[in-house]
Amino acid sequence: MLRRWTGTLVTMRGIITAAGYVPYRRLEGKQISAFFGSGGGRGTRTVASHDEDTTTMGVEAARRALAGGLTVDSLRFATPTPAYVDKNNASTIHAALRLPSSVGAYDVGGSLRSWTGALLGALDGPGHGLVVAADLRDGLPTSADEAGCGDAAAAVVVGEGTDDAPVIAEIIGRGAATDEFLDRWRSPGDTRPRLWEERFGETRYAELSRAAYGAALADAGVEADSVDRLVISGMHARAVKAAGAKLSAGRDILVDEVTAATGQTGGAHALLLLAAALEAAGPGEVIVLLNLADGADALVLRATEAIATVRPADPVASQIATGAPLPYAKFLTWRGAVTVEPPRRPSPDRVSSTAAWRNEDWKFGFVGSKDPATGAISMPPARVSKATGDVDAMEPVSMADAVGTIVTFTIDRVAYSPSPPIVFAVVDFDGGGRFPIELTDVDADEVSIGEKVTMTFRRLFTSDGIHDYFWKGRPVRTATSTKEA
Amino acid sequence: MASHGIKDRVAIVAMGCTPFAEQWDKGLDDLIIDAATECFADSKATKDEVDAYWLGTAQGGMSGITLARPLQIDGKPVTRVENYCTTGSEALRAAAYAVASGAYDMAMAVGVEKVKDSGYQGLNAQNPPMDGTQRTLTAAAMFSMVAPAYAQKYGVDEATMRSVLSAIAVKNHYNGARNPRAQFRREITAETAEKAPKIAGGLGVYDCAGVADGAAAAIVVRAEDAHRYTDSPLYIKALSFAAGSGSGLTDPDYDYTHFPECATAAQDAYAQAGITDPIAELAMAEVHDCFTPTELVLMEDLGFAERGTAWQAVLDGRFALDGDLPINPDGGLKSFGHPVGASGLRMIFEAWLQLRGKATPERQLSTSKTKALTHNLGGYPGEMVSFVSVLGTELD
Repeated sequence: MLRRWTGTLVTMRGIITAAGYVPYRRLEGKQISAFFGSGGGRGTRTVASHDEDTTTMGVEAARRALAGGLTVDSLRFATPTPAYVDKNNASTIHAALRLPSSVGAYDVGGSLRSWTGALLGALDGPGHGLVVAADLRDGLPTSADEAGCGDAAAAVVVGEGTDDAPVIAEIIGRGAATDEFLDRWRSPGDTRPRLWEERFGETRYAELSRAAYGAALADAGVEADSVDRLVISGMHARAVKAAGAKLSAGRDILVDEVTAATGQTGGAHALLLLAAALEAAGPGEVIVLLNLADGADALVLRATEAIATVRPADPVASQIATGAPLPYAKFLTWRGAVTVEPPRRPSPDRVSSTAAWRNEDWKFGFVGSKDPATGAISMPPARVSKATGDVDAMEPVSMADAVGTIVTFTIDRVAYSPSPPIVFAVVDFDGGGRFPIELTDVDADEVSIGEKVTMTFRRLFTSDGIHDYFWKGRPVRTATSTKEA
Repeated sequence: MASHGIKDRVAIVAMGCTPFAEQWDKGLDDLIIDAATECFADSKATKDEVDAYWLGTAQGGMSGITLARPLQIDGKPVTRVENYCTTGSEALRAAAYAVASGAYDMAMAVGVEKVKDSGYQGLNAQNPPMDGTQRTLTAAAMFSMVAPAYAQKYGVDEATMRSVLSAIAVKNHYNGARNPRAQFRREITAETAEKAPKIAGGLGVYDCAGVADGAAAAIVVRAEDAHRYTDSPLYIKALSFAAGSGSGLTDPDYDYTHFPECATAAQDAYAQAGITDPIAELAMAEVHDCFTPTELVLMEDLGFAERGTAWQAVLDGRFALDGDLPINPDGGLKSFGHPVGASGLRMIFEAWLQLRGKATPERQLSTSKTKALTHNLGGYPGEMVSFVSVLGTELD
């Protein structure tokens, strides 16, 4: 399709798919105030499991975005809370997604604004660009950030549409307003954000949001009263609220069905809100995404006809609906704020870099082997056929998206784990194959034989600063099956 | 495929076994020296006569020098072997085959483990550098999956299954209480077993083997030479070994109610020894009761009970000291303790004592039957190595 774009005729690029990843656990703010006598608040926030980081959450968001079998030409990963610095986290995501080596994969910056640059770069770049944003927000106990922030990831694929993978929302305008001012800052390696007096940022953002919003609407050639949905994200809650009041101009266009359940998920939040907004949007709707982060950025999108038929594999709305509460004490231990006595067992050895590299498809991609003679599946992959003795005649078989059933399980109260006890199950996969695997996002007392599980990419432990990434099983949950605690 | 065995060609003429315990004051070398010293004192054989040595230790040290240095053995073939928890049995198997081949006149097998120097509970494997995808579960967790699978398959209700496991623990503690070398020398009640803290799945502390330091040793010679060293040798009737490919872990047909490697090793051993009715022909058996459900399942894998019936046989006391076939009369891993590299030889040591009437009177069995079996396994359900020996005091 052809559109007018800054004076020249070009093929319109836009969003082909968008997905969010919302961790399973929720912390209720009232638990914080019950413990400390202050802090907390009335809302809930999402909490990444002890075995999740921004890389694993990014993988989960990207898997959901690519669930339709979409291929991509580039990968950009933006997070203010990376699992590694110096080492490229996007390469880990690239490996877990089994993208071809020829696909470049890049970490982008470390600020709350970085994802915007990643998205605009992908929009301008050739081919299909995968943009992944993730964040894991901390704050000192009782702080507003501790209760009001959250953990999440989001991923979008941008590019030109095809019949199989049409654009669901065109980007029809953009606007930026950049300003150097200090409102919120954090030193590298520090988990605690620091804030300037609130009123200063509020004033700055009021001006910047108006500038970016106006510029984007002008770029799109769209009047303010044509905007159907206005999505605003930013860490400065008062500034977000004020911008919403000002820019909606009394019209009922502000949408956010997310933040009250997840908390503000920082560097992931704008894309998470966008993914949720697109889930609800109908054809022809004009959506504006405004992000306030040391300046303001606005994107104007118009939903296409395709949005009515392309439905997300795992909507943000249903992930929000399937969370389960986490006790505050667990939250504090998972975040390293409190260290509890571990089982008296040795901590694991560091992973061998060379062994991990050799076994990349297995370790990061969960790829086993299938014996063409019998159909038997080996995990990890085997070179020798048990049935025929043939060597190197196996076919690779990806098990990452396979659904499995718990055959039997156990609870290990003694083995090393960052959060004992280990819940462990023997899992038979639909379509063949068995693997004994650790379960996650599950309480020891709620596992049962016959339960369905899907695979999820996790961080098993960290030793010598090396994160051990591999796969675990996770119970298949629907909103109605979620445990009430 | 052939497994001919070496029936009646090799005899054990001396053995030694240290107490199995938390031996804070003994190092690996001390344990080796103590077991070897007792072994030499037990017969007319001398260190100078031993032509070759095999040391079984899972993690005590690398190479034969781990044995040669403390025993001051110079210029002789000394080899260290390892095969999970069957390490001690492997040392004996190597020594016996070396003598049977005619390569040597006399060989010695020593098994040892010093596990209580790690500062951690339980047994801890030291692994080579790996890719980080391996299981990190304890053995207790892996074996804990056997009990519910067995109960479900054979329709044993949860309470009955718990009673079966407790009965095994109670029996082995009863036997161990009558063994001065055992780690735990106290009888326990089923209630004690059931109230103990849980380790993994339904398994509590009393469902798990003791963790102890210890060593055991044996000297083997050709059968025809045996009476030069002892008046009462123990003849090797069968030594069998089976390693699984580990495929049970990923085989959807494996149901965690049996250990095929153990059944294979038992069938081979019975064929080598010419045993057709184990219950009738064996005076006793030592089996690898690393966890109580392991002993239960082994009763069926070793042919001591029909499939699906061992739980009832356990409750009926058929494997007690005064039962049809006493199992683990020395207390087993449960009560004697489990120094990994020593356990296989410790099992044979009990056969050595019992068949020759040298066990303590409180647990001495009738010597009217002349054969005994030892079963030693290593690994996990689905991924296992298994050893079975048959020993006897008479040449057939």
